[in-house]
Amino acid sequence: MPATVRIPTSLRTLTDGSASVEVQPGKLTQLLDDLALRYPDLGARLLEDGKPRRFVNIFVAEDDIRFLDGVDTPVNDGQVVTILPAVAGG
Amino acid sequence: MTQNYRDLVAAAKLEIREIEPVDLENRLGEVTVLDIREADEFEQGAIPGAVFAPRGLLESSVGAHLKLHDQEVVLYCAGGARSALAAKTLQDMGYTNVWSLEGGFTRWKRDGLPWKTPETLTSDQRARYSRHILLPELGEEGQVELLESKVLLIGAGGLGSPAAIYLAAAGVGTIGIVDFDVVDASNLQRQVLHNLDRLGQSKVESARETLTALNPDVKVEPHNVRLSADNVLEILAGYDVIVDGGDNFPTRYLVNDASLHLKTPVVHGSIFRFEGQVSVFDPYVGPCYRCQYPEPPPPELAPSCAEAGVLGVLPGIIGSIQAVETIKLILGIGETLVGRLLTYDALTQEFLNLRIRRDPGCPACGDESRPPRIVEYDATCAYPGSVTRS
Repeated sequence: MPATVRIPTSLRTLTDGSASVEVQPGKLTQLLDDLALRYPDLGARLLEDGKPRRFVNIFVAEDDIRFLDGVDTPVNDGQVVTILPAVAGG
Repeated sequence: MTQNYRDLVAAAKLEIREIEPVDLENRLGEVTVLDIREADEFEQGAIPGAVFAPRGLLESSVGAHLKLHDQEVVLYCAGGARSALAAKTLQDMGYTNVWSLEGGFTRWKRDGLPWKTPETLTSDQRARYSRHILLPELGEEGQVELLESKVLLIGAGGLGSPAAIYLAAAGVGTIGIVDFDVVDASNLQRQVLHNLDRLGQSKVESARETLTALNPDVKVEPHNVRLSADNVLEILAGYDVIVDGGDNFPTRYLVNDASLHLKTPVVHGSIFRFEGQVSVFDPYVGPCYRCQYPEPPPPELAPSCAEAGVLGVLPGIIGSIQAVETIKLILGIGETLVGRLLTYDALTQEFLNLRIRRDPGCPACGDESRPPRIVEYDATCAYPGSVTRS
């Protein structure tokens, strides 16, 4: 069963409009590489030397990866990865 | 056989327990104290912490005051007679730890024990806020707390509009609003504080008109200025809660920095197209805005609502949740969004409850004795360094 990555509205122009992308479970870093391969523009936006940029928050299930194992956090079958940049509108 | 009042009280006293005033004073804060007198008696002075629960409604209202039948409760009236009868009634209802205050409030005062004049509502206010007062979590005391509270809204726009309207309706006594903009026709698709008659008028003035028409109890403090490094501390000082509904990153980081100086909680809301985020940043208790977002996205990834559009109802949802969190913070009830980031997607109708944490290495809030320097941010919002708390 694949894992799912949720793409926020502000980045969907980089995924041809897709709101979520299915990926193979594994370490988060592999998932992100996989995502970057399929959507190179998204990869360039999100990652710097394979690591998430500082404006990007990534959650595996409901936890921030900064407080798990970072990009080494395992993502299991059926789990959801949420990519969340800050938005400013009010 | 007939019984007069004296007989009834004497009979009740045989079946109930009484507590001496000094013994109750030693246990204030541990036991529930119900003042069963009439409103006019309660208003002239009461035992600190006592809950107003007039005897006429006691049987129906007691469930709201006592969660458990074995909860310890002391009833008092003026002289100890009515409370003896009421204690007997509660025992008959199955409450097992009921006492009546010996000699009542008269004896309490005569013994030199502390009492205070409670802040109470007018009869108009009792009518207006009756649905709040019915809630055990609020009651009349909670409503008084709301009326005495001061909330500052950053922005009278999409998020500020519903937040302001619901907070004013709820009876938050002082609502400050910071906005330097004027009402434009393109605002009316979502900014429900304003209307067609107010085009060109300052948003804070338009907001003041709407809110005072809705609830004359509310004092509106308009701040018709752009929030800046020069005025942010002065404007935010004195408010109990800040509701951040700003529309740009520099202001959000500035508000965060000032809140760390003042130790004032910020109820954060932000929106983009169909998505919103809400959290509560309570300084040095939970994460701050910079813990969660060390830096903003590059401008091309974070267009404003003016550039990218926004569903008009979306700020209605997010701003209303901000109003809920504000009221919970004021009253100290429930579980706030401290340490949680709630996200909402209007297209999928999904809420996510994400766990967020205080970052011990956060440059802004990592060291409580060194809050951020207050500076004017540019688009990068780069951390400006700290100062030593004075």
